[in-house]
Amino acid sequence: MTERRIVTELHHAPAQVEGEPAIDTSPQTGDTVKTTTCYMCACRCGIKVHMKDGRVRYIEGNRDHPVNKGVLCAKGSAGIMTQYSPARLQKPLMRVGERGKGEFREIEWEEALRTATMWLSEIRATDPRKLAFFTGRDQSQALTGWWAAQFGTPNYAAHGGFCSVNMAAAGLYTIGGSFWEFGEPDWARTRYLMMFGVAEDHDSNPIKLGLGSLKNRPADNRAKFVSINPVRTGYSAIADEWIGLRPGTDGLFVLSLIHELLKADKIDLDFLVRYTNAPWLVIEAPGTAEHGLFARDAAGEPICFGTIRNACVSALKPDVAPQLIGEVTLPDGRKARSVFELMVKRYLDPKYAPETVAREIGIEAETIKRIAAELAHAAFEQTIEIMADWTDWAGRKHDRFIGRPVSMHAMRGISAHSNGFDTCRAIHLLQMLLGSIDCPGGFRYKPPFPRAIPMPLLPTDATGPLQPLKGPPLGFPLGPEHLLVDDAGKPKRIDKAFSWDAPLSAHGLMHMVIHNAWAQDPYPIDTLFLYMANMAWNSAMNTSGTMQKLADKDPKTGDYKIPHIIYADAYYSEMVAYADLVFPDTTYLERWDCISLLDRPICDADGAADAIRQPVIEPDRDVRPFQDVLLDLGARLGLAALCKEDGVTPKFPGGLKDYLVNHQRRPGVGMLAGWRGSGEKSGRGEPNPDQLQRYIENGCHWRTEIPDNAKFFRHANADYFDWAINLGLKDLRDQIVLQIYSEPLQKFRLAGEGFGAKLPPEAARSRLKERFDPLPDWYPPFGEEVDRAQYPLHAITQRPMHMYHSWGSQNAWLRQIQSRNALFVNRETGAKLGLQDGDWVWVESPHGRVKAPVQLMEGVNPDTVWTWNAIGKRKGAWNLASDAPESKQGFLLNHVISELLPPREDGYRYANADPVTGQAAWYDLRVRLVKCAAAECGETAPSFPALKPPLKRPLDLLQYGRKFRRDRTRR
Amino acid sequence: MTSLPAATPKKLGLVIDLDVCVGCHACAVNCKEWNSGGHAAPLSDFDAYGAKPDGVWFNRIHTFEAGEGSAGRTVHFPKSCMHCETPACVTVCPTGASFKRAADGIVLVDEEKCIGCKLCSWACPYGAREFDQAEGVMKKCTLCIDRIYNETLDERDRVPACVAACPVGARHFGDLGDAESPVSQLVAEREGYGLMPELGYAPVNKYLPPRPSQARAGCTGAQPLPDEDVAPSSGFLRWVDRLLSR
Repeated sequence: MTERRIVTELHHAPAQVEGEPAIDTSPQTGDTVKTTTCYMCACRCGIKVHMKDGRVRYIEGNRDHPVNKGVLCAKGSAGIMTQYSPARLQKPLMRVGERGKGEFREIEWEEALRTATMWLSEIRATDPRKLAFFTGRDQSQALTGWWAAQFGTPNYAAHGGFCSVNMAAAGLYTIGGSFWEFGEPDWARTRYLMMFGVAEDHDSNPIKLGLGSLKNRPADNRAKFVSINPVRTGYSAIADEWIGLRPGTDGLFVLSLIHELLKADKIDLDFLVRYTNAPWLVIEAPGTAEHGLFARDAAGEPICFGTIRNACVSALKPDVAPQLIGEVTLPDGRKARSVFELMVKRYLDPKYAPETVAREIGIEAETIKRIAAELAHAAFEQTIEIMADWTDWAGRKHDRFIGRPVSMHAMRGISAHSNGFDTCRAIHLLQMLLGSIDCPGGFRYKPPFPRAIPMPLLPTDATGPLQPLKGPPLGFPLGPEHLLVDDAGKPKRIDKAFSWDAPLSAHGLMHMVIHNAWAQDPYPIDTLFLYMANMAWNSAMNTSGTMQKLADKDPKTGDYKIPHIIYADAYYSEMVAYADLVFPDTTYLERWDCISLLDRPICDADGAADAIRQPVIEPDRDVRPFQDVLLDLGARLGLAALCKEDGVTPKFPGGLKDYLVNHQRRPGVGMLAGWRGSGEKSGRGEPNPDQLQRYIENGCHWRTEIPDNAKFFRHANADYFDWAINLGLKDLRDQIVLQIYSEPLQKFRLAGEGFGAKLPPEAARSRLKERFDPLPDWYPPFGEEVDRAQYPLHAITQRPMHMYHSWGSQNAWLRQIQSRNALFVNRETGAKLGLQDGDWVWVESPHGRVKAPVQLMEGVNPDTVWTWNAIGKRKGAWNLASDAPESKQGFLLNHVISELLPPREDGYRYANADPVTGQAAWYDLRVRLVKCAAAECGETAPSFPALKPPLKRPLDLLQYGRKFRRDRTRR
Repeated sequence: MTSLPAATPKKLGLVIDLDVCVGCHACAVNCKEWNSGGHAAPLSDFDAYGAKPDGVWFNRIHTFEAGEGSAGRTVHFPKSCMHCETPACVTVCPTGASFKRAADGIVLVDEEKCIGCKLCSWACPYGAREFDQAEGVMKKCTLCIDRIYNETLDERDRVPACVAACPVGARHFGDLGDAESPVSQLVAEREGYGLMPELGYAPVNKYLPPRPSQARAGCTGAQPLPDEDVAPSSGFLRWVDRLLSR
């Protein structure tokens, strides 16, 4: 656990000094205090909410909570202002004017629910796929995904496809875990931390706690913190070294480090042989359907060449002594070589030498060599040993854990490129070569990870009218046979997930739903049901185009191309105006919720944890928690799993609160792991009617510590297996062999080459052949394919640490910190372009242009411009004044990012996304800057007609705490 | 003119670590939140949802760059009242509203006496004073005087809100008048400094400078890797006969 090191002292109130005013130094903070879980971002910290006369007096971090240990960020500290935001929706709304105009009439909940039931029951009775249910920044995906499956539509996903699926998929297909929710640096022990790209926007408090503890180490145990990031802000500002490389070249940098480490033989060969597929044999039979696949024995187990018996033997057996180098003749006469040899051959190639790649990356070759040397030094000369008796997967006893104290973290900076999947795999490869996966001082999994590689979950297609899906809508294909495509290769999902366009799109492609639904490609839908996703603004690529598509009509029929749109949100975001029916949600302080192990867990490397939200304040509006509405709707639709046996009586009449306690995903395993049975069982156990009370008594969270002998090498640690199986986190005791070489990727490549039972259409083949590589490679992001001379600059964004997407601007305190955004330009680059601070420029991409003010800075890669994301707002949205700076001096870069790549030879346009995972490639953007004429300066563009929310205009003067003081003085 | 107490027995104040501050604004917002209902409440906000949002904040973060190119540094600099030993904001006050507490050195405003003349804000070289135009009085950091001694709070919570919230642990609190106190020792060890001491107001709050960077070659103790030319074919040989076991 990461502990914050601060120095404080306890002092007692001094005696009153004559002549000085008397001060009440011990006022009561409030009249009650309740614990719950924050939702001001995705971090999910524990909070204590102090209430005074029914109003929120103070929100503080909960010291006992495993995520934040008492600290709280700017967003969490501003929760009061979001709770009382004037942008809160008040009542269900039904559109009366044209879509997009924002003209509504208020309706009762019964009418709202009856309307939705009518639309959805017709869809379900005919073709359930015609419901596209996408849930944005949803923290209840274990419920919403399950609901979609019960409804019977495969067209479900949350926002992962435009956020971080490259990281999740690359990790889960390589090491059975990933960064953030799936793993973390061993903050307390690491001696070398590499952070790739912008990381400020996820896992916010745990990373800050970690960086603080790492930087505050004693002098004899210092760690070096290296930030690899085109922009030097936030965390990069406190890094020991800032490497300001060119966006999208991180993968090349990492492969060059690997080249250096291999060249110098600074790799952990024992780790590779024990824990990875390095010794596995790969068939060399070019021009056949088995080329590049693993050689397997009769039992289907991968084989290696054992040097004890000098024969091919199962690579999964313990104590095998595998040969790593040299051609092997398989029993059937074919040739094979080890993964290790293929890998070494690949990365020792001079094309990865620092001298070759430095220019492309935009740094000195010497820097790459030095970092490689520092990594090797930290891993192999600062080795950590932790004494503990543990048993490995094969039953062998060990008395210590050996740690290579090098750790890494990466998130959106890597993810949001079209080469992000391979870049993330390259980072994991570097970790494996250094032996720094789940060891002391390295990267450490958070339970329930590591999981089997990949997780044994396959995406499911619709079964037919009135039928639920037979499995989950999202999953992890192992090869072409698991794609959701028809015989002609046409996608079966509206977002084209799990199609040849994006085979491993484990989180779906939310960013493509509106375009595809509008284009009726691959088919028309009836209802688009969105929750908490600002798709008419900052969550869309090509925002202007997306707004048009949402409101577009078929000229022949006069009907909307997307016939129905239902939107659920707590606030008047830009998206509300495009809905036909609006379900107003509660705030995070007004509802039950759970942070489930079945969903995106909040565990840490040393323990498993989950948490709940409890209502701490009664809604003062006619709003309902979306999760309750969804359960109600499901019962009205007669979904079998949501009704009692009679098919009509709701199974969870108590709403989400009822579901949290009583729903079982499989026998004994429910939404919450703590206090099951009669309260004595963890993980597995019967539903406990007192469970939520027990959570509340424990501060709304539950955590159990992993035993010391089960804390490391959990991909191969039998003590961990036992602990995790007992808790219901795991079912099998098999070793999880880390995958340097990914066979699923090779299967797709083979399909691209024309081999296999299920083949892609001809036009899709070259991309599969080129971009599906069993070993991670680097290629320039697709955005680089524009004329670099025409568009000489990269343009990227990052989210300010004090804002969460577009939510922050409705918050009276947070918007005082920032209500406008400039385009940041490297000072020298600016000088070459004749730009000065305060100038205005057109930022032009091949797709369009936006107008923005310029600010020069030193700490940015010279070929890169950047800005803060989601500060710019549409006029009138979020119930801000129509002359608010957010809409006049704020801008969105999204307008110039196309959701589609340029046409392929036959005219078809792929999504602007990673070819493997479908991850939206936000950061591939290239632009040029054109200085504005004097008359153009002063206001950002594009600008849209002001929205007029059906909400009360707030007062100009806000004196939130006035009443608290008056009450105190009166007493 | 308001007089100052002779040397105070305690000099309570903050120590802010510029080596770890990432500029996240947690301290500033938590301060705003606590104090909005605290001793100096409210901290009025003007045009809160309009064209020129502005309000009273006791703690603000300034971000700037120092130095050029990659050798430069991005600095996040939180700034609030320094609780100076000889604060000009107190001596300049015509009514006695601005005062320095004799016992602990905390500089406060007695709103009953404040006439809103703003002389103190002109006098303060740190820009730490905040005029609440709705209330017509000057406000400022109270060092959370309603937290640090608050017997209704857990002892561990008796620190200023900014210290309690700071996620990186960049803020510390204690008696800077006692050379033996933990915060004083921290300042001594890290060579902390007061802001603009040449002005002579003897700021009590201290800043800890960034630790020496480990960017240069050899900083971590690593030697360069051998740079011999390894042809791929011969490069493999070293792994051919390695005895390894699963």
